[in-house]
Amino acid sequence: MIIGIPTSGNDLSADVEQRFGRCQRFLIVDSGTMDFHVVDNSALAMGGGAGVRAAQQVVDEGVEAVIAGEVGPKAYEVLERANIKVYARVTGTVRDALDLVRSDMAKGADGPTGPARHGR
Amino acid sequence: MRIAVASGKGGTGKTTVALGLAMVAEAVTLVDCDVEEPDDHIFLGGRGDLVEEVTIPVVRVDETACTLCGECARVCAYGAIAVLKDQVMVVDEMCHGCGACGIVCPVDAIFEERRRIGEVWLRERGGIHLYTGFLDVGQPLATPIITRLKALVGREGLLIYDSPPGTACPVVETVRDADHCILVTEPTPFGLFDLTMAVDMIRELDVPFDVVVNRDRDDFPDMDDYLRAEGIQVLMRIPDSMEIARLYSRGVHFVEEMPEWRERFSDLLVKVIGGGVR
Repeated sequence: MIIGIPTSGNDLSADVEQRFGRCQRFLIVDSGTMDFHVVDNSALAMGGGAGVRAAQQVVDEGVEAVIAGEVGPKAYEVLERANIKVYARVTGTVRDALDLVRSDMAKGADGPTGPARHGR
Repeated sequence: MRIAVASGKGGTGKTTVALGLAMVAEAVTLVDCDVEEPDDHIFLGGRGDLVEEVTIPVVRVDETACTLCGECARVCAYGAIAVLKDQVMVVDEMCHGCGACGIVCPVDAIFEERRRIGEVWLRERGGIHLYTGFLDVGQPLATPIITRLKALVGREGLLIYDSPPGTACPVVETVRDADHCILVTEPTPFGLFDLTMAVDMIRELDVPFDVVVNRDRDDFPDMDDYLRAEGIQVLMRIPDSMEIARLYSRGVHFVEEMPEWRERFSDLLVKVIGGGVR
């Protein structure tokens, strides 16, 4: 499964970044082989609408799931409509988070984790 | 003559100063541009009568023509469009109606509808025409209502713009075409910090300005040091007064109850209009 994970690091030992739309970059990981590549979050510096743009970016990367800390309502709606499974409120390293999901211990989110920020 | 009253920090006394000026003027159009939380009308007996609903364009996609190429989402500066495998998603409240997506769409699949974001009301009392913008709850775009307010009131006569707090787009829209701006501040570290941001903004906009210090207690020399160092003129100091606060909390401006303040606001208005400042 291809999984997108927001982070401020560059590899699997980095922490899961808590803010989805405003993360530095995404790790795009194949959970079968643990191969990954890194994409910079093009939405990072947007005045508003970062959640939508960031979600579009992981959709374009072809991910099937997202592991994240907080996911706002607009990003969540994009991911939901794209049939991407969202695991939210995850902390710790990317590797640990992937282990959680692979061992079926993580619970899928059933909605956004907080209110819209509108660029604030 | 257009006078903007702005502040940086919220709750420093913009409405106090804007209303004080309006109440001593013979004839004035007061424009409450703080459309997220307008309050001038509370002191003038209510919001008055509905003038119009404010609407802005919002993007729609003709799904029969759309090829899901994604150009619209890439060009959108506001993150209002996402293009998925089988659909285009538009986040209405993020769309600024700028039209960029329609220009880049290779198959003309994009069109616009109008979307309501708020209202404008008019209250007349004495010589005051108060135009108030109200942004609907949950809507993030305040600026288009301010733009609409300004179009409605025109540019004739004496106009006083009561600005929103901060230094972001709605404030810039309020202040940028003013002939003069009064920055209201309070002598606290927070008040000073936000004043410096407001001063940076207003200098960038090249609008002449001065300062009114509200709730002055003469116990924060940092504020005076800053104003002196920057060569900024203080037009008026309103003391930290229980009497003023009591009246205000009942929805009564102290200009109406304290004749000495009517006189002082008259002087302030004359100074600003007369160009005796700067």
